Amino acid sequence: MSALFTVFRKEFLENLRDRRALLSALLFGPLFGPLLFGFMVSRMLNQSVAESDEPLRVTVSGSDHAPGLTRYLQAQGAQLKMATLTEGEGRAAVRNGSAQIVLIIPPEYGARFTAGTPAPVLLVADSTDSQARKSADRARILLGGYASGIAQLRLQIRGVNPLLAVPVAVNEVDVATPTGRAVVVLGFMTYFVLFAVLMGGLYLAIDTTAGERERGSLEALLSLPVARSSLVGGKILATCAYMCISLALSLWAFVCVFYFIPLERLGMSANLGVRTGLIFFAICLPFVPLGAALMTFVASFTRSYREAQTYLTTVLLVPTLPIAFASIYSLKTRNSLMFIPSLSQHLLMTSVLKDEPVAALDVCVSAAASLGLALLLMVLTARHWRRETMLG
Amino acid sequence: MIEAANLSKRFGAVEAVKDVSLVARDGEITGILGANGAGKSTCLRMLYGVLTPDNGTARVDGMDIRGETSKARARLGVLPHATGLYGNLTARENIHYFGSLHGISEERLISRTAELARVLDLDGFMDRRAKGFSQGQRIKTALARALVHDPGNIVLDEPTNGLDVMAIRSLRELLRALRAEGRCVLFSSHVMQEVAALCDRVVIIGHGRVLADATLESLRERSGKNSLEEAFLQVLGGTEGVS
Repeated sequence: MSALFTVFRKEFLENLRDRRALLSALLFGPLFGPLLFGFMVSRMLNQSVAESDEPLRVTVSGSDHAPGLTRYLQAQGAQLKMATLTEGEGRAAVRNGSAQIVLIIPPEYGARFTAGTPAPVLLVADSTDSQARKSADRARILLGGYASGIAQLRLQIRGVNPLLAVPVAVNEVDVATPTGRAVVVLGFMTYFVLFAVLMGGLYLAIDTTAGERERGSLEALLSLPVARSSLVGGKILATCAYMCISLALSLWAFVCVFYFIPLERLGMSANLGVRTGLIFFAICLPFVPLGAALMTFVASFTRSYREAQTYLTTVLLVPTLPIAFASIYSLKTRNSLMFIPSLSQHLLMTSVLKDEPVAALDVCVSAAASLGLALLLMVLTARHWRRETMLG
Repeated sequence: MIEAANLSKRFGAVEAVKDVSLVARDGEITGILGANGAGKSTCLRMLYGVLTPDNGTARVDGMDIRGETSKARARLGVLPHATGLYGNLTARENIHYFGSLHGISEERLISRTAELARVLDLDGFMDRRAKGFSQGQRIKTALARALVHDPGNIVLDEPTNGLDVMAIRSLRELLRALRAEGRCVLFSSHVMQEVAALCDRVVIIGHGRVLADATLESLRERSGKNSLEEAFLQVLGGTEGVS
């Protein structure tokens, strides 16, 4: 046991003195994610807040043919720009971007309207432009509202109950809670947290295995009267320590970032304060030994620093796979999923973010599954270290 | 005392060591002489237990390196072919790390390190990081690391590699001092003069087999040659690569 702590202390100290490794482990890993995330989310929020506040702008050609419609649109708050365009000119204007939405009212509109036959209007928009599509939807809703209003009036005048034309009344209920909506935005934040965990131990995992071999210190170390499991244990423990520091830094950065993001302006609440940060830390803690054991295990098989780097960069992506899988199939928290590390942490953190109750059993299963796999990998690593091929 | 009995080791199709037996006694310096690739390192690696022999046994002070690994290793100081140090640790920390892993107490470590620093002349760079050490400083630190637990048996794999004349001289003096203290010193080399200058006994290895195992005098007598060099050459016969 004391040999294990000797190894731990030495690896911890040595990594602490490696400024480059430290910078990458404790700065790039944990802070890059939250900063990028904060920037992206606040941009997105500002944009959508600005969009819904803005009045709908429509270029209208031939408004003289439909004074009623024009008045209705203006009364609904649409900003109309009057122009005289042929259909071709209207298409060109949308295509070259000088107008987002063009509404063309042909001369026959008035005659058709009076005759009670469908009066044509032409709505030109580019549906590949997501912002134009939203505006076009708004315009379509306004036009539909005007049409159904007129239809009801016509029926009433002819002595027919206008409700006959409304056979089904559709009532929509949107159950999205403000925090629930925020989760959609925050969905991949959990990956950044797990990424930070792995980044925190990446260099140490390489340095204590492939680095030891490349440096030529491995053979002397292996000739000591120390159990290989103590060597491996101490090395993994040191990697765990750096991963914990990185995890704490990452969560702290997220808490700070969310303090400044104006989620409330969209009617969302992020529910990520210091308390949630601490809960996240507890949820992710069992993932730490798993990450450390996995990286040390993989790096133990490599011959050189460079080879280890290549393989471990792939390992960095491993926790994304279950999370990506979960979002493709939109999996909900279920007991059976708690056996899958990284996915279980992702689901638990998402539940906490949504303010949903989290079952104690789920937390225990998630922790036990991660720790069990970590233990298995540690045993396998120690077994590999006992082999003579370890010398290379 | 280090004993090897009928050691054999095969790597795939290559038979690196074939039926090697040797004894390195206390109070003597034993040299293993052989060309590069003759099987010296493989042989030593089996003696200090990082390679498992396919056949045969290796004992340190009578203890089997496979059976009583920890006890046997505690009596053994090893300077492997690669003498890598931890670059971000100072010489003192490098030595202390191995000392702690041997289970030596803190106070004992401090006095032992001071002793080694005096004997090996480490004082000038004891508290500098090992990153910028010269080859001589590296070997000295690695040697101090191998001797930190005061072992009765010392195994060195080509210790003079890459050393300048002055460093080789001080290494020789040190090995002689270890012999004078009654320790068993076993080292390998491909340099004849090195072996001739230091050893009481020489084991000549070629193609994984022991070609000769004798004291220097008896070797000289047996071959009927005056110079050791010619005696060596006669034993080695067709073996090339010994300088």
